[in-house]
Amino acid sequence: MQLIPCPWCGPREEVEFSYGGQAHVPYPDDPGTLSDEEWAHYVFFRDNPKGRFAERWNHAAGCRRWFTAIRDTVTYRFERVHRLDDPEPVSP
Amino acid sequence: MTSPSRTPEGGRIDRATTVESTFDGQTLTGHPGDTLASALLASGRHQVATSIKLGRPRGIAAAWAEDPGGLVQIEEPFPEPMLLATTVELHDGLAAHGLPGQGRLADVPDSARYDAVHHHVDVLVVGAGPAGLAAALTAARSGARVALVDEQSEAGGSLLSGTDRLDGVPALQWVAAAVAELAGSPEVLHLQRTTAFGSYDDGFVLALERRTDHLGAAAPRHVSRQRVWRIRARSTVVATGAHERPVVFADNDRPGIMLAGAARTFLHRYGVLAGREAVVFTTNDSAYDAALDLHRAGVRVQAVVDARPEGSPRRREECEHAGIRVLSGAVVTGTRGVERVTHALVAPFADGEVGAGSAIACDLLLVSGGWNPAVHLFSQARGRLRYDEDLGAFVPGEDLDGLAVAGSAAGVSDLAGCLADGQRVARAALTAVAIAPAGEDRLPAAPEPVVPAAPLVLWRVPDTSGAEGSTSFVDLQRDATVADIARAVGAGLRSIEHVKRYTTIGTAHDQGKTSGVLTSGITAELLGIPVQDTGTTTFRPPYTPVAFAALAGRDRGRLFDPERVTALHEWHVAEGAVLEDVGQWKRPRYYPQPGEDMEAAVLRECAAARTGVGILDGSTLGKIDVQGHDAAVLLDLLYTNLMSSLKVGSVRYGVMCGVDGMVIDDGTVLRLAEDRFLVLTTTGGAAKILDWMEEWLQTEWPELRVHCTSVTEQWVTLPVVGPRSRDVVAAVFPQVDVSAEAFPFMTWRDTTLDGVPVRLARISFSGELAFEVYVNPWYALAVWQRLLEAGRPYGITPYGTETMHVLRAEKGYPIIGQDTDGTVTPHDLGMAWAVSKKKPDFIGKRSFTRPANSDPLRKQLVGLLPVDRRTVLPEGSQIVEFLADGRLPPPPVPMLGHVTSSYRSAALARPFALALVRGGRSRIGDTVHVPVDGTLVPVEVTGSVLVDPEGARRDG
Repeated sequence: MQLIPCPWCGPREEVEFSYGGQAHVPYPDDPGTLSDEEWAHYVFFRDNPKGRFAERWNHAAGCRRWFTAIRDTVTYRFERVHRLDDPEPVSP
Repeated sequence: MTSPSRTPEGGRIDRATTVESTFDGQTLTGHPGDTLASALLASGRHQVATSIKLGRPRGIAAAWAEDPGGLVQIEEPFPEPMLLATTVELHDGLAAHGLPGQGRLADVPDSARYDAVHHHVDVLVVGAGPAGLAAALTAARSGARVALVDEQSEAGGSLLSGTDRLDGVPALQWVAAAVAELAGSPEVLHLQRTTAFGSYDDGFVLALERRTDHLGAAAPRHVSRQRVWRIRARSTVVATGAHERPVVFADNDRPGIMLAGAARTFLHRYGVLAGREAVVFTTNDSAYDAALDLHRAGVRVQAVVDARPEGSPRRREECEHAGIRVLSGAVVTGTRGVERVTHALVAPFADGEVGAGSAIACDLLLVSGGWNPAVHLFSQARGRLRYDEDLGAFVPGEDLDGLAVAGSAAGVSDLAGCLADGQRVARAALTAVAIAPAGEDRLPAAPEPVVPAAPLVLWRVPDTSGAEGSTSFVDLQRDATVADIARAVGAGLRSIEHVKRYTTIGTAHDQGKTSGVLTSGITAELLGIPVQDTGTTTFRPPYTPVAFAALAGRDRGRLFDPERVTALHEWHVAEGAVLEDVGQWKRPRYYPQPGEDMEAAVLRECAAARTGVGILDGSTLGKIDVQGHDAAVLLDLLYTNLMSSLKVGSVRYGVMCGVDGMVIDDGTVLRLAEDRFLVLTTTGGAAKILDWMEEWLQTEWPELRVHCTSVTEQWVTLPVVGPRSRDVVAAVFPQVDVSAEAFPFMTWRDTTLDGVPVRLARISFSGELAFEVYVNPWYALAVWQRLLEAGRPYGITPYGTETMHVLRAEKGYPIIGQDTDGTVTPHDLGMAWAVSKKKPDFIGKRSFTRPANSDPLRKQLVGLLPVDRRTVLPEGSQIVEFLADGRLPPPPVPMLGHVTSSYRSAALARPFALALVRGGRSRIGDTVHVPVDGTLVPVEVTGSVLVDPEGARRDG
């Protein structure tokens, strides 16, 4: 069982976490102005890279905080994590 | 059985004590320290069972977990299938019998306890042989936190099976001193009878400790039988040794055919001679130790058959000195015997060709084809393996972060090398976690290793028996042979994983410990490719079988999953309520009176709620206290309808959708203050909706000043339902004006009862006049009883979830997750009225204008009335329609939708159902059909609200 580094609590077992999919897919400022296709991309389409991926995670059975992680989808290694209020650059 | 094959002295058994067990119904005696296998061999018995497919006699072929032959079923002290005679420790009262490959699960409950312990260490050492002990000592001497686990009953590993000396004295004296030193180190946990069976990410290792199995009936009841250790190690040293590998030849499965090293183990550890007349067949020097040791112990060694053209000159000399004949450049081509081997068929062997042979009488045929490092834990941790041409085996092919392999598990073959390797790897492991190894860390002096003659890599002897490999067994447990591999390759299979699945080799309970590498080698030979290109199949946990009971630990029975009960649970039970599980909650389903079945009880309860007064324990409803300056802003974003316009003191029903516009939950919202709401969710949605709120608050709108807190368990909710509910509530709360004018539908009021705060809300999930009573759970029973007392003149009737469902379904109120399935919009439910047109945005709004969500042929919630007024449609039933000619369309018959809820209605005096039907609202008045038990039941499509569509009752 992998250890996931929660930016608030430190390394904890993966069963304490839930996965929130791709990070940095913000809710559109004004969904009403989006075309059906643009809206569909927000709702349904996500990247699925092999390698580094910016993801949302939630320490669901711990501090219940959401955070962002750069994780390698091949090795499952967490390269780094940061809090949502962290000004750290966000693109992998 | 007597013990004719027991040596007069020696071994690690306690000869002063005798233990008595039974095998196949016969008495079997032995000593503490024996395994079932060693006791059987001491009694002269090799055959344990017959094989699973072919029914061939099978015996003990190894001395520990790699044995593919000696499967037993334990009957006493507790029935347990599929154990190995070689790993079952003998104890008084043990009763076992041989198994033809398949066991029988216990038909009585297991009364033993199983538990788990979490343990965290700097260094975990797996295996207490020479390398593991050296590693553990080095780690312990540094002051690090150390765990040493080993699967045997005592430490020593391979030293238990031989006559090695260290520092000039028997090596087991060094083992004893090492164990004593570890025991005196406060930071060291040393566990024997503990198998590390799985190695996972980030230094996580699972180990099974067998705590009382060896004690039999003497096991203390307060000690768990087995314990799973969940070890998290910063560094892991895998010192798990090596498994001897057989060579495959015709009829190589007879009882009496055994790995050479195993015979040494039986001799030195258990004081057992595995036979009287032995032939030793080898491809390497290690088997000569067995030949010589057995010879010294009085076994007549008929011949050492060495497949190497030149054999081993030094070893030959030793044998000749002892009077043992050595046949170099020769192989065993087959055997004779039925229940035990009687002859080895030996023939010259050169350049892969077998010459004319002769039979040598023997009752023991020892085989050694080399050694396979036990790389299981390394491989499970995704370590890559490398094929070593010289060893003819797979060895660790890379360094892993936090896990290193030492000793013979890494391919080191001599004692001095294993000790040094253990120390070296432990030092590296310590350094990796920034712990300085101790300065004083002496290794015992081992004899200078003698360089052995190069081994020959030989997977199989060509079959000259005429059986074409069909009796040349690769996996004895699966009765799988060279012929089976040839068939797999002939069928075009190339991948070793495919060959494994085609032949089933390696899928039995030993998971290929002796057969795996052989299969790789033989497959490579048949394909004409290098062995490294074939590779091995994937090693997966567990290393040895683990009982589900051990994995479950304490998490079974009542401790399997938490049970949640309401404050009134004991009252419900005392009143004879039939309970149902709603998630983790136990809820009353109905309250049968004597002689009533569910149908009768529910009809009675429904009638009471519709014509008099009923009362429900609705405490399991999810409740979330949403507080803060921006609470109304958040709710406006999450609900489809407007919540910010709700007045303090009022209640509004709302629907929540996902961004895709599909309904995820519904419920009512009470505005408690300008900046405070009580959000009610479905019972099942309570946790999910709190998470949903948190997710949006944290990830999208952190600027909103809102706090969300679950208060589900801080309030009980007691709906008082029916035309007489006002009388009941008025009687219990005389200070509250409960008139329709003063206390209208969808409002709430705070009051007190004997000083206890109570909240009353006019909310109805039944369509009836109703008051929900909210109070602290501490006072739940008192308030419930006051309400019952006040309702007595009106025949107040407690009702359960079944009646609740009928009442709400009669009103067309959907249950999210029953009448919806994640593909249903509020419009599909006929709730366009609950979707705000004023709000600029809310979650899901944009999706409602997607073409797919405005399709008039979407499935919509409607009511169904069976025309026969009798049939209760099974929930989940499909709905079909006839063509204009009154017949079904040709198959496949289009499905229009399905029945989501279906009940018998007291109010309607007939069964009814809710259903999701394609274009349902445009079909109102139509007749469609539902197949029930093979007949098509005509049903009329109606609106979803079947009782009081105007809402006059609830508003009253």
